Amino acid sequence: MASDRSGQWRHAAEALVIPVAALAAAMIVFGIFMAALGQNPLEIYTLIYKGAFASAFSWQNTLSRAAPLILTALCVALPAQAGLMVIGGEGSVVLGGLAAAIVGHLLSGAAPAGVKVAMIFGGMLVGGLWIALAGALRQYRGVNETISSLLLTYVAVALFNHFVEGPLRDPSSLNKPSTANIGDANMLGNLPGLDIHWGLAFGVVFCLAMHVLVRYTTYGFALRIVGGNPRAARLAGLPVGALVLTACLLGGAAAGLAGAVEVAAVHGSANASLIAGYGYAGILVAFIARQNPIAIVPVAVLVGGLSASGGMLQRRLDLPDATVLVLQGIAFMLILGSEALYGRLKTFRAETA
Amino acid sequence: MVELGWWGVPIGVVGGAIRVSTPFLFVSLGECITERSGRINLGLEGILVMGAMSGYAASYASGNPWVGVLAAGGAGLLLGLLHGLACNLPRVNDIAVGIGLMLFGTGLAFFLGKPYVQPKAPTLPAIPLGAWSGSPQIQAALQVNPLFLIGLALALLLTWAFRNTRWGLVVRMVGDSSDAARAMGYAVPRVRTLSTALGGLLAGVGGSFLSLYYPGSWSEGLSSGQGLMAVALVIFARWNPIQCFYAALLFGGAGALGPALQSVGVTSGYYLFNAAPYVVTLGIMIATCSPRRTLAGAPGELSINR
Repeated sequence: MASDRSGQWRHAAEALVIPVAALAAAMIVFGIFMAALGQNPLEIYTLIYKGAFASAFSWQNTLSRAAPLILTALCVALPAQAGLMVIGGEGSVVLGGLAAAIVGHLLSGAAPAGVKVAMIFGGMLVGGLWIALAGALRQYRGVNETISSLLLTYVAVALFNHFVEGPLRDPSSLNKPSTANIGDANMLGNLPGLDIHWGLAFGVVFCLAMHVLVRYTTYGFALRIVGGNPRAARLAGLPVGALVLTACLLGGAAAGLAGAVEVAAVHGSANASLIAGYGYAGILVAFIARQNPIAIVPVAVLVGGLSASGGMLQRRLDLPDATVLVLQGIAFMLILGSEALYGRLKTFRAETA
Repeated sequence: MVELGWWGVPIGVVGGAIRVSTPFLFVSLGECITERSGRINLGLEGILVMGAMSGYAASYASGNPWVGVLAAGGAGLLLGLLHGLACNLPRVNDIAVGIGLMLFGTGLAFFLGKPYVQPKAPTLPAIPLGAWSGSPQIQAALQVNPLFLIGLALALLLTWAFRNTRWGLVVRMVGDSSDAARAMGYAVPRVRTLSTALGGLLAGVGGSFLSLYYPGSWSEGLSSGQGLMAVALVIFARWNPIQCFYAALLFGGAGALGPALQSVGVTSGYYLFNAAPYVVTLGIMIATCSPRRTLAGAPGELSINR
């Protein structure tokens, strides 16, 4: 029993130390790179810290950027529990946002509280069904879900562009084609007392709920069996198809929610700003969090903080705003590569004697 | 001037297909080699953008666009090698590393390419195959870039090489059964790394087409996702290089259909044509897959088939 407990601690420590060490290595590599270009790495890191986490303003910027990433990462992490590798979250974001904009516009005369709820559930439903389609193709036709979800993303973006620039275009949106505005009364607004929109709260609650669902319910247990060994799951009589489809539905709903929040709390209508790569960044967040719903939150905050600090580097050091993208890229590559170290470091190995 | 009317649509599509398809062709040939060796590289988008940037920068610095093409290939080779080596590590997921590489490549290109947004670098010449015609539209449509012809030659060469050379057979064997390859004494990781690096080289050259020919300048919005589409293209082409050529023309043509229709007054609905290649690719996958059988023609070791 005691050795079990220590084994758990070892695993937890390993899962924390390896990515942090990889992140530190990435900072060293990036520091050498910047030093080679004649910049002072320490000054850059100070500014990144200031831009991301030093003040209430920077925290608000960071958390606002983290919110959509939390939700799109869930779109990868939930199907991953069932052994599926979905990379089409971007499609759900885009269509979820479009659905929210349509619902918001159609109901614009109704009571704002009802409109808000309808927009959110509309976005979640459309986003969920979109990923569930990829799951169903996988389950019933054997079509690889990674590729089909990527293809569906392009279809989603084309549909989005068609509607936003065609039938649903608001004639008054000249330079940037948009759908009709949902109206100020229907905007979700910010969390009480903060300058952060509701997406962050939705994301954190969604993550907590999914953690409970995956770890502590029969459903989650069955889902993880499917992910571990689909054949065994089928032989045990588990409803594999239903499990896979619900996991995809929930994941897609999270990404659809991200799109709906972008529309209902940030832009007020659906336009090209929605196609911002949240879906792809979410894939990396999910992988760095090792598909663990709880770990997604801090990872997304870190990634959001890095993007938030880009402006600071641009203003203070006159560096391109892509500077933080380079750091992000190096960090992603090293953390993904550090996956190879699990179970290899002596410190974290349980004594076998 | 000859008035073409509705004939402008097919001519516009052919011209657009020839003009736009070259980057599709190079990335899909690159991805084809990589996937034939049993690995998938979703990072070609990053390599493409990095190739576009380094090609433009090298062309500007040297005054010779062909030096730019070489530099783009070199940059692509390095990034491809990075992907190949990272995926050799145990438990490292090639799909996730690919997405990581996509972000890393585009980020690095935007960062290093900042000084090259303004200056004008020498670009690649065009070969006027339409000089015989009196119609300026036909002349414009048949302006062919040398890289397009090189890509066509490469597609033929690769088709032949996969069938007839030792190198081609080794790559295919590694991709179809790593056990068999290991039994024959070939180093599976090395073959895959080299195939991924070669795929990166081709994607880099494809990127240089964007910055050195059409549109012919460097900016951050240069790529419209051609690198990521390579994955769909290769499935569409059934992992066959010469069919990659046809698929690239088709994908390019589908993109050109919108503007061509717009020029004759059809202005709505053309975004849906952009989706056509993906719908068709998905349709092919649905038609040929079944729960018991994977995609026909796909390399057996490919992670997306298991």
